[in-house]
Amino acid sequence: MFLDYLNTLSEGFLTTLSLTGLSAVGALVIGTLLAAMRVSPVPPLRWAATTYVETVRNTPLPVIAPLFALGLPSLGFDLSFYQWGAVALSVYTGAFVCEALRSGINAVAVGQGEAARALGLRFTQTMTLVVLPQAFRSVVPPLGNVLIALTKNTSVVATISVADITLLSNGLITSSADPIGVIGASAVAYLVITLPLGLLVDRLEGRVLVTR
Amino acid sequence: MRTLRTRTPLLTVLGLTAVLALSACGSDNEASSAAPAPAATTFAAGTTMDTLQKAGRIRIGVKYDQPLFGERGLGGDPEGLDVEMGRIIASKLGIPADGVEFSEAVSRNREPFLEQGQVDLVIATYTISDTRKEVIDFAGPYYVTGQSLMVKSDNTDITSKDDLAGKTVCSVTGSTPLERIRTEAPAAEVIEFDTYGRCATAVENGQADAVTTDEAILLGLISGSDDTFKVVGEQFSKEPYGIGLKKGDQAFRDFLNDTIEASYADGSYTAALDKTVGTVQDEVPAGPPVDRY
Repeated sequence: MFLDYLNTLSEGFLTTLSLTGLSAVGALVIGTLLAAMRVSPVPPLRWAATTYVETVRNTPLPVIAPLFALGLPSLGFDLSFYQWGAVALSVYTGAFVCEALRSGINAVAVGQGEAARALGLRFTQTMTLVVLPQAFRSVVPPLGNVLIALTKNTSVVATISVADITLLSNGLITSSADPIGVIGASAVAYLVITLPLGLLVDRLEGRVLVTR
Repeated sequence: MRTLRTRTPLLTVLGLTAVLALSACGSDNEASSAAPAPAATTFAAGTTMDTLQKAGRIRIGVKYDQPLFGERGLGGDPEGLDVEMGRIIASKLGIPADGVEFSEAVSRNREPFLEQGQVDLVIATYTISDTRKEVIDFAGPYYVTGQSLMVKSDNTDITSKDDLAGKTVCSVTGSTPLERIRTEAPAAEVIEFDTYGRCATAVENGQADAVTTDEAILLGLISGSDDTFKVVGEQFSKEPYGIGLKKGDQAFRDFLNDTIEASYADGSYTAALDKTVGTVQDEVPAGPPVDRY
């Protein structure tokens, strides 16, 4: 029985996995841009990024997802539900990536930035060559948290018609009339993604650790 | 829309109710907070009916998003035929109106709610099916409808389920209609949301071409939409709505079936239909015979 459930959920497993990967890339890009904006010397950029972060991270994901998937199409934007799911997850998770990264940026010694400036590097160069590489190293554990949260958050796409693990298990609950068994199977399916992800983050942390 | 009552009319209502109660002793009891609990029969000790009556409280799972059956509008209290059936049962048990606690039971939570005892009854456009009978029991049916299709008013491509090839059709996760449309229209693309309201939005946006579910539910969606949608084609299933209860409680099920039959006879069923489904249906059907399986 349990194996049958896992078998049925396997199609959704791939959807969840690819959605996690796609949204993780999207969130890292958005988050890095936002973090750079939040520490930039240009006030309007700082304000824009701060407004973004505070608005998005304080809105529940189950609100954001249908807002994108059903709200924006009524204004003429045309994407598939899967794509809307990836967009909503990237936009949401980007705010958390930004904040994790910003704490890393703040942890980089001020002298590093000053030295870069003294060498004649521009803001973008200072960020990409000196500050961000050091910042990323120190925020591997919190970024790992954000990615694991993202994996679990992908379950929100079940509310916008994307056949992920959660949507398939919702259907399976009705057809099998065995909610506990099905929910257990879907928990296993998520753990198959999140546990290795956690281990990977641990390995990465050890590898990039700055030895001073 | 419910109008606001001021104090004076309320007193008048109270007075009138008292007069009515005196003049028409033992007649059907309209569920209203002003009406006194009817002199209900007493039940054998240990039965579910006895427990509920002594507690003065019954918990009923209904839909909150299903116009005409169970819908919680801006006001707060849910309304609809399912809610009315719940009130009829409660008044038969001698439970006062404020002892009836409604909570939301979305389609996929209905069996777990009953199995875990979070509610005493589920009255939530709940189709009687053999699969469900394996885990819970049903009283009724108290209403019979059939699966149909709803499209935008200006849609001319789709006139029946046979026109769905290559079209996108929407229904609710975990519902019977969703499973059925996959076999009835195998060439259609099926999408699913957790509520019919979202399906309707998807059709309005052009993300889906049709919504499919029981016609009674579609009529409810249309009633709240200013002619944005219309129902097309013949019904292609038979959906008997039953009252879900915990499996194995034969005495309680008999009581519920008796209560449904009594409501057909004493006019309370017709009254409930008239103010709910009857407002959009051309002809109000008679109550279907209950199935004492």
